[in-house]
Amino acid sequence: MENVVKVGMADLNVTRDPGVLITLGLGSCVGISLYDSVKRIIGMAHIMLPSSEQAKNNQNRAKFADTAVDTLLDNMIKLGADRKRITAKLAGGAQMFSFSSSSDIIRVGERNILASRAKLISLNIPIIAEDVGGNYGRTIEFYSCDGRLVIKTIGHGVSQI
Amino acid sequence: MSLSLDNLDNMYIDVLREIGNIGAGNAATALAKIMNKKIDMDVPKAKIIEFKNISEVLGGAETPVIGIMLSVDGDLSGNIMFVLEQKAAKNLVYILMGQIGQAGAAEEFTEMELSALQEIGNILAGSYLSSLSTLTGLKIYPQVPALAIDMAGAILSVPAIEFGKTGDTVLYIETEFIEDDASVVGDFFLIPEVESYEILLKALGVIS
Repeated sequence: MENVVKVGMADLNVTRDPGVLITLGLGSCVGISLYDSVKRIIGMAHIMLPSSEQAKNNQNRAKFADTAVDTLLDNMIKLGADRKRITAKLAGGAQMFSFSSSSDIIRVGERNILASRAKLISLNIPIIAEDVGGNYGRTIEFYSCDGRLVIKTIGHGVSQI
Repeated sequence: MSLSLDNLDNMYIDVLREIGNIGAGNAATALAKIMNKKIDMDVPKAKIIEFKNISEVLGGAETPVIGIMLSVDGDLSGNIMFVLEQKAAKNLVYILMGQIGQAGAAEEFTEMELSALQEIGNILAGSYLSSLSTLTGLKIYPQVPALAIDMAGAILSVPAIEFGKTGDTVLYIETEFIEDDASVVGDFFLIPEVESYEILLKALGVIS
């Protein structure tokens, strides 16, 4: 039986094979999915904000792109993953509302994407696929057997990266 | 003191509940005038929830919902969002357009219905804001609303992220409107920007 683990908002989780990590209804948040293809260990973080450094309250490490990736990596390595083999896929970072003004609240999706990329690049973790941006929500499912990420939407179909 | 919902006392919640109450009362009156019908409302409930439970607010993260959001400036800056389930939104449109009984008949919204919803959001948000303005003496100006239809989790991520800058919880006000046998439940999210918290709390007399 596959072990299905849900990842909530500002939450992260890891699992061994056979397992599936699911996060429902990603909006401007970004789902960062990490994979060790040999050990088939998967990890997923549902981050809300780009950086823990700008936040007054940064105790929840899964909330921020920078600290979430660090914690996710640690947890995967504890399960036996090899850091050198880990690859990443990104999804989410939508702009749910369109306004004429370009205030912070509007651009947060884009900033989450940029921060997630920057963090992964700084750790030399290759980003092998992305489904980001747009103006719609996504539900994502990450499979340990082959590292595929399935993306479901309302009105924009189902895809796989 | 670091201001966040996590460490605010019950007084702030009570004040917001009262604003919700007055605001919903105004909104019900405004709706009743437009529709020329008697609209009742239930006492609004101010609620605080953690992020991980946010999608349960509207029946699951993947439940299709309508979000109507508008930004606010003046003495306070921030955003206000009204969220309701797609089914409830249909009901509201049918109440407004006088077609009760057909609720849930069609899944898609027509341009006309979307426009009606946007206007309802405008009226409701305006009512809340004018209550808030009256109560605090602050000048608050709403901007043109934007509407989005998508999964509850995705829509609610917008207010959640703003609240996330200061804490791990979200505050919202649940409001129910009733017209004869049809009722509509919607949730209001008042999302002041970080700098506006203090202004708001001072104006409300919660902090000095």
